[in-house]
Amino acid sequence: MKTIQFFLKKLTGAFITIFAIIVANFVIFRIAPGDPIRMMFHDPRVSAEQIKAMQIKFGLDKSLWGQFIDYFKQLMKGDMGFSFWQKRPVIEVIGDRIGHTLILVVTALIIATIIGILLGAIAGWKNGSKTDRSILSVSLVLYSIPTFAMGILLLLIFAYVLSIFPLGGISTPASGFTGFMYIKDVIWHLILPAFSIILWYIGEYILMTRSSMVEVLDQDYIVTARTKGLRESTILRKHALRNALLPVVTLSGVNFAFAIAGVIEAETVFSWPGIGRLTYDAVMKRDYPLLQGIFLLFAVSVVLANFLVDLIYSRIDPRIKTGDVNV
Amino acid sequence: MSDISLNNKQKKTKIRRQKIKDFISLLINHRMGKVGVGVIIFFLFIAFAAPLLRTVNPHQSGNAVEILIPPDGQFWFGTDDLGRDVWSQVIYGSRISLLIGFISALATILTGTLVGIIAGFYGGIIEEILMRIVDFFMMLPALPLMIVLAAVLGPSIWNIIFVVSLISWPTTARVVRSQILSLKERPFIEASRCIGASNSLLMFGEIFPNVVPILFAEAVIMITEAIYAEAVLSFLGLGDPVRMSWGSMLHFAFDSGVMARAPWWVLPPILSIILLIVGFSFLGTAVSDVLKPGYKETKGL
Repeated sequence: MKTIQFFLKKLTGAFITIFAIIVANFVIFRIAPGDPIRMMFHDPRVSAEQIKAMQIKFGLDKSLWGQFIDYFKQLMKGDMGFSFWQKRPVIEVIGDRIGHTLILVVTALIIATIIGILLGAIAGWKNGSKTDRSILSVSLVLYSIPTFAMGILLLLIFAYVLSIFPLGGISTPASGFTGFMYIKDVIWHLILPAFSIILWYIGEYILMTRSSMVEVLDQDYIVTARTKGLRESTILRKHALRNALLPVVTLSGVNFAFAIAGVIEAETVFSWPGIGRLTYDAVMKRDYPLLQGIFLLFAVSVVLANFLVDLIYSRIDPRIKTGDVNV
Repeated sequence: MSDISLNNKQKKTKIRRQKIKDFISLLINHRMGKVGVGVIIFFLFIAFAAPLLRTVNPHQSGNAVEILIPPDGQFWFGTDDLGRDVWSQVIYGSRISLLIGFISALATILTGTLVGIIAGFYGGIIEEILMRIVDFFMMLPALPLMIVLAAVLGPSIWNIIFVVSLISWPTTARVVRSQILSLKERPFIEASRCIGASNSLLMFGEIFPNVVPILFAEAVIMITEAIYAEAVLSFLGLGDPVRMSWGSMLHFAFDSGVMARAPWWVLPPILSIILLIVGFSFLGTAVSDVLKPGYKETKGL
C-alpha cells in the first residue's frame, strides 16, 4: 500500500513539473524580441499581406492564451514545431541526433561512475592520509575544469599535436567502413569527447563518494563490525561501501542534469553530431523552435531521471517510503 | 541610551571583529585556502591594474601583417585572426570573469537569503509555495536553461548576470531555510519574542547574523559557478560582443578554424579560466572546512 502511495505521489509530482516546464518553455520564447515571422523570412521584400497570412497560418494572430492552447495541443500530438534552419519538423531533427548523444553519455557515465566511486571509496577509507589528500586535490582540480576547456586541451594535444585521435565527428567521412571496422572507427572518434566528460565526472564522483564514506565510517555499526574482528576488506565491502553508495545513487539523478551540460560542451568542441552540438547550432542560427524543442527534451528527461532515481532509491532504502528519512 | 547598552554594543562589535580575525587566520593557514586566496588576489590585481600592464585596446584590430603573429617582443601573447593583441584580451578578460562572478553571487545571495528567511520563518502556506518554486527551479537543467534565456534575451554582460543569478538563487534559499528552521527554535529567539521584538527585527536582527558564515561559504561557491557559467555561455557564442571575455576568446578561436595553428591564442584564456576556477574552488573547500564545528580545536591556531 505504502509503495503504491509513494509511487503515485512521485508520479503526480513529475507530471506537474513537466506541465510547468511546458508553460515556462512557452513563456520564455514569447518574450523573445522580434517578430517570429520576420525572423523566418529575413527578406524585406516579403509584403505586409504575406506576413499577415503567415501569422494567421501559424496562429500568431490569436491571443496569448489561444496560442498556448495550440502549442499544448500540438505537443500532445508529438508536434514540436518547425525548424527554420533545417526546414523540417523539430522532432525529426532531434530524432536523427538523439542516438549519437546516448552513445556518448552512457559510455562516459559508466566509466566515470566506476572509476570515481572506486577512487572516492579509497580516499574516504584512508581519510586524512597522503593518498586521500592527493586524490582529493586532483579531483577538486578536475571538477573545476570546464568540460569545454578540457575538451579543447585534449583536442590540441591528442588530435592536433600528437595526431593520435581524429579532430571530431562521429566517423571518418567517406571511408566506406562497414561492420566491425565501422564500430572501431566510431569508438576511435568517441574517445576524446568521452574523456572530456569523464574527467569532470570522476572528480564529482570522487568528492561525493569520499564525503559519504567518511560519514559512514563514523557510524556505530562500523565500530561494531571492527570489534567483531571482521577483516578490513569485508568491512569495507559489506558494511561501509554499501551504505556510502546510497547518497551517491540519489545524486546521480541530479547528476543527469549536469551530464547534459557536459554533453553540450563536449559535443560542441568535437563536432559530435548529437543533441549537444545541435544546441550550439540552434543558438548560432537563432533557430528558436529547434532550441525550444531541445530544451523541452532536456528538461523532461531530467524530471524522468529524477523520478526513476526516487523509485530505485525507495527499493534500496525502504525507510524513505515510510518517511523516516528525508532525502 | 544608557551606558550599559553602549558597552554591550562595543563588546559585541569587539567579539565580532575577533571572530572575523580568527576566521581569516584559520583560512589562510588552511593548505588549500592559502592557494585559493593567493590565486584570487593575483587575478584581482591583474583586473585592477589592467591599464598599467602594457595593454592596448583589446578590440583594436591590427593591419594585415599583424594577423596571427606568434608571441614576440611587441605582442607578448601573439595576435588573433584579426590582429588583436591576445595579451590585452587575457588581461582585460579577468575583469569580465570577476565582475560577473561577484555581481551574480551578490544577487544570488540577496534573493536566496530573503526567500530562505521568509520561508523558514513564516512556515505554513508561504513556505510551501516558496519551496515549490525553489524545487521547480532546481529541477530544471541549468546549462540548457541559461542557453535558452541568453539566446532569447540577447548577448550582453547584464543578461548573463541575470541568467546566472536566476539559476543559482534556489540553492541558497534552500540552505538558508534549513538553517532558519533550526535557529528559530533556539531559546534566544523565544526570549526576543517575549520582550516584544517584531517579526522583521527577529528575522534580520536576530536570526540573520547567525547565517552569515554559511552565506560566506555559499557566496564563494556561487562566484565559482558564475565564472564557470560565463565561460561556457561565452564559449557557445552567447557572450557580450563588445566585451571580450576568456570564453569569447575561445569561441572566436574555435570558430576561426585556425585554432591549431595558434596555440598562443587558445592556451592563455584556457589556463586563466582553469586557474581562477580552481582558486575559488580551493577557497570554497577551505571555507567549508573552517566552518565545520570543532575545526579550530583539531587544527589549532
